[in-house]
Amino acid sequence: MSLTAPAAFPPHPVGQALHAEWTKFRTVAGPSWLLAGIVTLTVAVGAVAASAAHCQSATCGIDPATVSLSGIYPAQAVVAVAGVLAIGNEYSTGMINLSLTAMPRRLTWLFAKATVLTAPVLTASVPAVAGAALAGRLILPGRGFTPAHGYASLTAATDLRAAAGAVLYLTLIALLSLGLAAAVRDSAAAIGLVLGVLYLFPLAADAVSNPALARHLDQIGPLPAGLDAQATIGVKGLPLTPWQGLGVVALWTVGALLLGALLLKSRDA
Amino acid sequence: MTTETVTPHRSPLTPERESFWYLVHAEWTKFRTVRGWVIAAGVTIVAITAFAFLGADASSSCTGGNGASGACPAQPTGPGGVPVQDVFYFAHQPVTGNGTITAAVTSLTGQILTGASQLAPGGLQPWSKAGIIIKESTSQGSAYAAMMVTGSHGVRMQWDYVNDTPGLAGSVSASSPRWLRLVRTGGTITGYDSADGTHWMLVGTATLPGLTSTVQAGLFAAGSSDSFSTMATGVFRHIGLSWPATGWTGTNIGGSANATGTPLPGTLRQSAGTITVASFGDISPATGSGQSLQRALAGTFFGLIPLIVVAAMFMTAEYRRGLIWVSLTAAPRRGRLLAAKATVIGAVGFAAGLVAATLALAVGTPLLLRAGPLAWPVSLLTEARMVAGTGALLAVAAVLALAIGTIVRRSAPAVAIVIVVIFVPYLLAFGPLAGQGGTGGGGWELRITPAAALSVQQAVPRFYQLIANYPLNSGYYPLAPWAGLAAECAWAAAALALAYYLLRRRDA
Repeated sequence: MSLTAPAAFPPHPVGQALHAEWTKFRTVAGPSWLLAGIVTLTVAVGAVAASAAHCQSATCGIDPATVSLSGIYPAQAVVAVAGVLAIGNEYSTGMINLSLTAMPRRLTWLFAKATVLTAPVLTASVPAVAGAALAGRLILPGRGFTPAHGYASLTAATDLRAAAGAVLYLTLIALLSLGLAAAVRDSAAAIGLVLGVLYLFPLAADAVSNPALARHLDQIGPLPAGLDAQATIGVKGLPLTPWQGLGVVALWTVGALLLGALLLKSRDA
Repeated sequence: MTTETVTPHRSPLTPERESFWYLVHAEWTKFRTVRGWVIAAGVTIVAITAFAFLGADASSSCTGGNGASGACPAQPTGPGGVPVQDVFYFAHQPVTGNGTITAAVTSLTGQILTGASQLAPGGLQPWSKAGIIIKESTSQGSAYAAMMVTGSHGVRMQWDYVNDTPGLAGSVSASSPRWLRLVRTGGTITGYDSADGTHWMLVGTATLPGLTSTVQAGLFAAGSSDSFSTMATGVFRHIGLSWPATGWTGTNIGGSANATGTPLPGTLRQSAGTITVASFGDISPATGSGQSLQRALAGTFFGLIPLIVVAAMFMTAEYRRGLIWVSLTAAPRRGRLLAAKATVIGAVGFAAGLVAATLALAVGTPLLLRAGPLAWPVSLLTEARMVAGTGALLAVAAVLALAIGTIVRRSAPAVAIVIVVIFVPYLLAFGPLAGQGGTGGGGWELRITPAAALSVQQAVPRFYQLIANYPLNSGYYPLAPWAGLAAECAWAAAALALAYYLLRRRDA
């Protein structure tokens, strides 16, 4: 009697892993709610903030793009939840054992997870940011953001950069959350950690009285660095240039993914 | 042959087991036996305390929240060390011992500075004032008590800069003058007002501790600090002093140059039975130019994160592990289970906040004082409110997280929702909604959201009699301390009500 020979290794492990993860993603209701939440929060909070803004003179110095994109502040928490749950759900349901049995190449599995998360988040971020920018364009001229106050056009190249920066920022935050969740393995702790990393840097920068320290905190925190990529006025005075800011966020993301990958590979699931 | 009936054992339902506190004890046991949760509560305390070092480490003494720094401008301080504005024209004479000063104000008008020294009629401010005053000396910040008529707040008695009590309402005119009287008895000065000079009504009693025997009594006018370009002119008649009269001396308190905000010196005109005093300036509290003690509690946000995570998991872990079935079997009245959990997690949050805020203030206060003076002297009562308020803020945040955890039954969304509703309004107020000059928002986002509760830590006071810019980055919140906490409580109560409804209605 001979044992059945083990099945040949699948010819396209990455493709199959992607297909498997995509099936997991689209067959539960949670992710679509989260994606809808990203769009709704970005547009709604942006519209409310634009309605609350005032520019009474040419020297008001308020960045219209930052106001329109205020919704990024809460929306990134939804993105973070999506990123954390992509991994956290596997651990909380015990699915991880099955997943890693079916896909013993753990990094392939993580890559598939990341890809299946990135595509929908990117897809949801585009209409979210576009909607917020459009709402800002409709509302802000009525709130004093007029050519007379130095806001000639709200669709300049810098505004396109701001919008692209916001979309890329949200996508990077999703991957950052995925990486940290892979490292922490528990959804609740991971979301606390991710939101701490995002929100505590700017809060600390507001709280410290040492201006040099505050500027450094604004340079290294992913949220303030990412906001530099969304600035359209006073760019020279920012702690980082827009693309440097996005670079800092990317560094955080790469660091989190590396940490997650390392721990996933070395640890027992 | 008889069959023995076996009665299954049932533990007796003793009154103790029926009691709510039995349930609370059970929930407390659940909490304290999960090591990670106890560690997280400890991290809350450590984070708040540790951040006091960072928040209170000021490199220069007069750094505002917007990063502006420089030498502290000379700030006169009044009794108790409160920062004050004490700039006005004082027609005075020295008086010794007990006595009375009386005067009738027949007119209070305003003039507004239009050019270098050009005055146009109008511009009387709500708190422009003229009246009688007994003041310890002519130096800025000395103790005083005054009866005055104001631009649109009627007759007021004010003393020692921060105290204000109303007298007769309505504005003053030649046909309806306002009679004012101050009576000094030792360290106590009593104010009266009258519409006719015959029928007097008590307005208020001021105690000025340590008032010297010889003081300056007389007439004053001040244009108000709402607009330092307003000059107020008061016309006085029927002036009477019970002390021997020595003639009026006119002094510009705080100097006459515009360094103090007064563009022109005040004036004194005397004619038969009438004295007219005109001046810019104000006698009032000031918003101060140092640091707010609240900086020592800047770590509250850091402490909130682990607490919120634990509080949400206190409920969501029951669902994840299936423990909820055991819990609900043991305590079939689901509302009581929720109440017991809320009691335990609220008590944990309150205790953690109390300990952390006490430690943070103990560590942060000397650090702040080493860097420079506080914007406002903080009374023991205010410190107690800041400490108890921090405990309450954390307790209510924990209960909110528990309620949201019950509603959504999943830890990650629950934690995210609670962190967002507390953190994001505050970030928006300092970020996109900071407005012109970036001094901080402080509109709706810190009134109607749970983030309003941060106002319970406010260490600097607001005065209705001082119309000024109260910027968020100097520690001024839009809501009063307890009102802000009440806003957070309202959110927690609403979430708890929804959680109760869903917990009862839903299948576990």
